[in-house]
Amino acid sequence: MSSAQQVLPLETPMRRPRRHFRLQGSDTAWAIAFVVPYAAVFVAFVAYPVVFGLWMGSRPTLYTLLFSDPRYIDTLVNTLLFVCIGVNVKMFLAFLISGFFMQRGWWVRSLLAVFLLPWALPALSVFLSIHYMLVSQWGLLDSLWSAVTGADGPLFLVSRGTAMSSNILAYIWKWLPFWTLIFLGARMAIPREIYEAAAIDGATAIQQTVHVTFPLMANVYLVATLLSTLWTLGDFSTVYFVSSGAPARTTDVLATYSFHQAFNFGHPELGAAAMVSALPLMIPVVILLIRRLHRTGVQL
Amino acid sequence: MTGRPTNELANEPATSRDGPARRRYRQERRKAWRLAGGIASAAVGVVLLIWTLLPVYNMVLIALDDEGDEFTGSLWPQDPSFKSFGAVWAQDHWYLEHFWRQFGNSICLGIATMVLTVVIGSLASFAIGRMQLRRGQLIGDVALLTYMLPTAILIIPFVHIMHVYGLSDSLWAVTAAYVAFATPYAVLILHQYGKLVPMELDECAKIDGASPVQIYLRIYLPLMTPALVAVGVYALLLAWNDYLYQFMLLSSTRNMTVAAAIDQFFDSDEAPWNYMMAVALVYSLPPIAIYFALRRFTRFYRV
Repeated sequence: MSSAQQVLPLETPMRRPRRHFRLQGSDTAWAIAFVVPYAAVFVAFVAYPVVFGLWMGSRPTLYTLLFSDPRYIDTLVNTLLFVCIGVNVKMFLAFLISGFFMQRGWWVRSLLAVFLLPWALPALSVFLSIHYMLVSQWGLLDSLWSAVTGADGPLFLVSRGTAMSSNILAYIWKWLPFWTLIFLGARMAIPREIYEAAAIDGATAIQQTVHVTFPLMANVYLVATLLSTLWTLGDFSTVYFVSSGAPARTTDVLATYSFHQAFNFGHPELGAAAMVSALPLMIPVVILLIRRLHRTGVQL
Repeated sequence: MTGRPTNELANEPATSRDGPARRRYRQERRKAWRLAGGIASAAVGVVLLIWTLLPVYNMVLIALDDEGDEFTGSLWPQDPSFKSFGAVWAQDHWYLEHFWRQFGNSICLGIATMVLTVVIGSLASFAIGRMQLRRGQLIGDVALLTYMLPTAILIIPFVHIMHVYGLSDSLWAVTAAYVAFATPYAVLILHQYGKLVPMELDECAKIDGASPVQIYLRIYLPLMTPALVAVGVYALLLAWNDYLYQFMLLSSTRNMTVAAAIDQFFDSDEAPWNYMMAVALVYSLPPIAIYFALRRFTRFYRV
């Protein structure tokens, strides 16, 4: 495996000979000038709000209040389910579907264009649409169900299990195309010769996927999963629109929980505390991501 | 062995030991495998198509409905009417009063986010990766710390911060938030992609007396086009997809974007759902148009 990795630009550590030229005085000034806009944005719109948020959620009494709320425990469980199942199923499907789109032919290309629609359609509108599909006995899914079976369809948003599954499915529907595109790019960076060599050695298509494609894409897959985990923890629209916390606020995730605490129930500090309580989950992921990126070059 | 992997070999002339019967058997078998593969991928294609289009079809179905306040429960539009699209076009409902202005706001927001993210991200990644600023890698790492806190929850301090900056009810506040969230990803992507562009080009240009600005404009930007487009589309869709920041940071109807304005539909009991879905469909068009316009600059065009 490691010898195969050396062949690829995708996976090689790509260490350049360190600095032929030391930056000269004026060049250093230029380089710093180029970084300044980003540094300004970071300090003003990331560092300051983060520090402010940490300060808001710094009173220890907030956490006793938070953990005594049974809804908060439910929320934590939901968040874990949403992130773990949603991200992993999505990534695995994206990996498989990217293989499907590697085929040649006009119809595959046209299908790719259609398949990318969910990513290009605004989250707000599609999640509302999915909500209406699920919500009532006049929704599209219910009509489909009764057209096929003749009976009334299931009510999706009355039990926590089905409501949470609907959230996760809607989330996968929305973000699958983006990651499929990322994996498609990674697959295209793998030279065809490796597959030809494997085919000559008699590897079946499944063996090629398991022993050639997957090892070569493992790094991209891991980085993508970590990044997606971080983004999904901050995903507000899916749950807010698809299940809207129904039934009876039992399907909230951290994002919607802290939103409601902060802006509907008037406890912004409790919302900030909920934010801080996500840190033990987020920090290891960020550290893992940074270490991974240091060790190898990953082309997303 | 099974038929599929031997495809490559089967094109070679059969060895003299193979009789015509055996050769025909192989060809038949190859053909059967091709057919099976074709049927399987067509089936996958149909499943993907239905999966992708079902919620979109539902939007169209509701938008074409004449009555806004109730779902008809049918599978296709029984009495399709374009009344709702007409109302959106003519701003003919009190929810839709400022629709085109809000649409313009959304486009300004999306374009501003896209341009600023690409410019700020490419400048930073040029300094880190190409000019090899000392401890530049640290900047990329610190940038990733942005994702340490969930963005949806960061809105709580953000609302206060924007009051401090005097940017409440301003599109710039929302733009700033999106640029702050999109740039770390942009720096990551551009930094990784930049490693594929040979450093020798920069060094040659430098020997010929090019200034850093010239190298950035004449060498870096043209060679990085596919990555820049990918990052730009990402930033645009981030701005277009998000709802929370627009909803929380924009308060007056004239400064609102479409995403924030759709929320007003929830305020009333009558809930004109067909108007809402027509708005949503119209709102969906620009990113699709921009995506397909820019698509040929990305490396996926080769697919």
